[in-house]
Amino acid sequence: MNSASLFLLRSLGAAGSVEGSSFWLPAPASTLAGKVDWLFNAISLIALLFLLLIATLMGLFVWRYRARPGRPAEPAPSHNTPLEIAWSAIPLAIVCWIFWEGFQGFLELHTPPQNAYEVLVSGQKWKWLFTYPNGVVDENLHVPVSTPVRLVLSSEDVIHSFFVPDFRIKRDAVPGRFTKAWFEAPRPGEHRVYCAEYCGTSHSDMTAKVIVHPEGEFQRWLDSAADLLDRMPPAEAGAKLFVQRGCKQCHSVDGTGGIGPTLKGIFGHEQVLRDGGRARVDEDYLRESILDPQAKVVAGYDPVMPTFKGRIKDREIVALIEYVKTLR
Amino acid sequence: MSTAEGALSVPRTGARARGEDYLTRERGFLSWALTLDHKRIGVLYLFSILAAFLLGGVLALLVRTELLTPRETIVGPDTYNKLFTLHGAVMIFLFIIPGIPAALGNFALPLMLGAKDVAFPRLNLFSYWLYVLGALFEVAAIVTGGVDTGWTFYTPYSTTTNTSVVATTLGAFILGFSSIFTGLNFIVTIHKLRPQGMTWFRMPLFLWGLYGTAVIQVLATPVLGITLLLLIVERLLGVGIFDPALGGDPVLFQHFFWFYSHPAVYIMILPAMGVISELVPTFSRKRIFGYRFIAYSSIAIAVLGFLVWGHHMFTSGQSGMASMVFSALTFSVAIPSAIKVFNWLATMYKGSIRLDTPMLYALSFILLFAIGGLTGLHLGTLATDVHLHDTYFVVAHFHYTMMGGNVMALLGGLHFWWPKMFGRMYSERWGRIAATIVFLGFNVTFLSQFLLGSLGMPRRYYNYADEFQPLHATSTYGSYLMAVGFAIAAGALIHSLFRGRPAPANPWGANSLEWHTPSPPPWDNFPETPAVEDPYDYSQLVYEPSVGGYVKKTAPAGAGS
Repeated sequence: MNSASLFLLRSLGAAGSVEGSSFWLPAPASTLAGKVDWLFNAISLIALLFLLLIATLMGLFVWRYRARPGRPAEPAPSHNTPLEIAWSAIPLAIVCWIFWEGFQGFLELHTPPQNAYEVLVSGQKWKWLFTYPNGVVDENLHVPVSTPVRLVLSSEDVIHSFFVPDFRIKRDAVPGRFTKAWFEAPRPGEHRVYCAEYCGTSHSDMTAKVIVHPEGEFQRWLDSAADLLDRMPPAEAGAKLFVQRGCKQCHSVDGTGGIGPTLKGIFGHEQVLRDGGRARVDEDYLRESILDPQAKVVAGYDPVMPTFKGRIKDREIVALIEYVKTLR
Repeated sequence: MSTAEGALSVPRTGARARGEDYLTRERGFLSWALTLDHKRIGVLYLFSILAAFLLGGVLALLVRTELLTPRETIVGPDTYNKLFTLHGAVMIFLFIIPGIPAALGNFALPLMLGAKDVAFPRLNLFSYWLYVLGALFEVAAIVTGGVDTGWTFYTPYSTTTNTSVVATTLGAFILGFSSIFTGLNFIVTIHKLRPQGMTWFRMPLFLWGLYGTAVIQVLATPVLGITLLLLIVERLLGVGIFDPALGGDPVLFQHFFWFYSHPAVYIMILPAMGVISELVPTFSRKRIFGYRFIAYSSIAIAVLGFLVWGHHMFTSGQSGMASMVFSALTFSVAIPSAIKVFNWLATMYKGSIRLDTPMLYALSFILLFAIGGLTGLHLGTLATDVHLHDTYFVVAHFHYTMMGGNVMALLGGLHFWWPKMFGRMYSERWGRIAATIVFLGFNVTFLSQFLLGSLGMPRRYYNYADEFQPLHATSTYGSYLMAVGFAIAAGALIHSLFRGRPAPANPWGANSLEWHTPSPPPWDNFPETPAVEDPYDYSQLVYEPSVGGYVKKTAPAGAGS
């Protein structure tokens, strides 16, 4: 590629706002995003040139050779082997180069550095949960700046896909197996996480944030998240857990409807169940509903809640129950 | 043949007297429902697929209207999920796959061969009624609550959702057999019913397109059938095949599904390319350029199309090695497609180009398919696909290839063969206006989706971030514009049935054999056995104002064929 087109590529990449977002790509926020963008821009440039060539020739021919009285089609060869070989071989050479560049980039996206910090990512309808080495679970992905982070993904139910546009990474979370992804964020900031594999009713609300903490702040956040239950009264800790564990994705606390029943004012009251029975909402009922959600489903709702058995500590259940008691 | 006979071999006017042509010789519902005539079966298919297109189009407009605002606009999330699922399923299984082969192919293939019918007329009728049965299952699925899996039926979502998955997949299973029978019929017909003198390389290129399509239909569709049966077995009997909760593997389903559904993309595009290879030379009045390269590239696409299914799964967790191989093979399909585009352009070079309605659709096809193909480079490339996979970039890409490709060719072919099918000319002016509006509306709708996708908007989203609204709204308004274009096209065609001027035998000056018989053709296709000619030799055809179409030049001695 000559220097003129390289210059064009760079300016395409740099066009747009000060934050580095271009006309067609969001601002790159991982160490590998720049390489992906470079390739995206290169392919786009090649595609635009070919499209321009095709459209120009078509426009030219339609105008130059338009049907006019007394001007029949001129004799022209019906095939031309060198020409046909040329327009097969040149695109072939171009796509070989594109393939090779894409493969190189893919290898880098696939190969985390040895010292990467590991976070477990679990997808379920319809939230992401992130588990840190010390056992803390959160609804957002907190990471330290300028540190490679390795994600080990799995799913509790159907296939989801972990997608961070700003990082240019995407990886399916598949039930029954583990998949991996990695990134390194060079600057502090917040970035959106989407679910990119269709997973039902609230697929488009299955979002989260990546929070890139500045130097030193990440450890402080992790420590404070770890001793949540020691630092606060159970009901307050329960309120935090209610958000962190994603309960709020389906259960409102203000009486509005949702995927699951609202928790406002239910404690101590009877609920009509799906099978026609009744149940009083007390500590045991709430505990059972967290650990074995399909046992007593409230009438009017689908049995879609996943179990938290093995993923939540008894102290945390107690805190959640105390929190539900406060929702009068 | 002598020049005098040559002059007679193109009848000057259509067979207008009642009772002579295939449309009027027999009357009544049963004469259509039980017909063995390929032309009538083609017409039945045509109106069936157009009805499916209308249904799928209305669903698309509902989807686009919902996406006008970032939150609820007209329906709730569950309804939205059903709408886009049904839009996809109806458009793919009921419209695009049978579209060109079963409707236009059934009508034109025996005529182009100078034959009386396809090889197995009864199988042809059976295949049509299987299509109707499959369509009824799809409609039943809609009526009994809809289905919300996306047209791809990914497991384990599809094995655990409580919507009508079984009815929908059973419908698709039956439609698959309809497709297999049509393909089988066409393969045998092309092999056995070619007339004396029509060698493989003297066939019109539309037949090469249909042949390549038929091979894929016969080889790939059974895999879809088995896959859907396994899905049904898993749902009804709880046998663990794809659901990990039962010991199955969900990614296996994706392999099975795309092993059919990627070649199915070529079931959609190959016959479309065949149509374009008829339209461009006809309206350029010039022999097709590089006939052999086009014919071979159809077969190359049919073969290579089987080897690229894994490019739908670069982020699924399949091995890096598999992704590498599938990416490399995917690029190999780009070449035969590029060859065709260059050949069509070279055909126009030094031609005498008329921009009649079919040609406008053909030019739309070339531009839109080029955009669809070139953005395929971004998606075939591993590193960039990771970002773009399952975003609106993919949605835009496959609409450019499927709709910009298949549907433009279908409309071009429909306007091309319409006078032959029904013996009436439509309003050229309204036809052109419709083609122009459709082209503009299409680009407004889907260019904006490329940007949505590369900016990070995932597909199949009910709610979305506020910053995407301007682009979503643009796309929605584009879809309304496109709907206006389609409505005008439909109006012009329907109007022609009642008020159109009678069509001559050869309104466009094409030279394949279907233009050597009156419009509409008689019951057994040709008044006399037509002589095989070079389908791309237009030098003998001249426009005759008194019949409003082309007739063979009564050439001075020595200048004849």
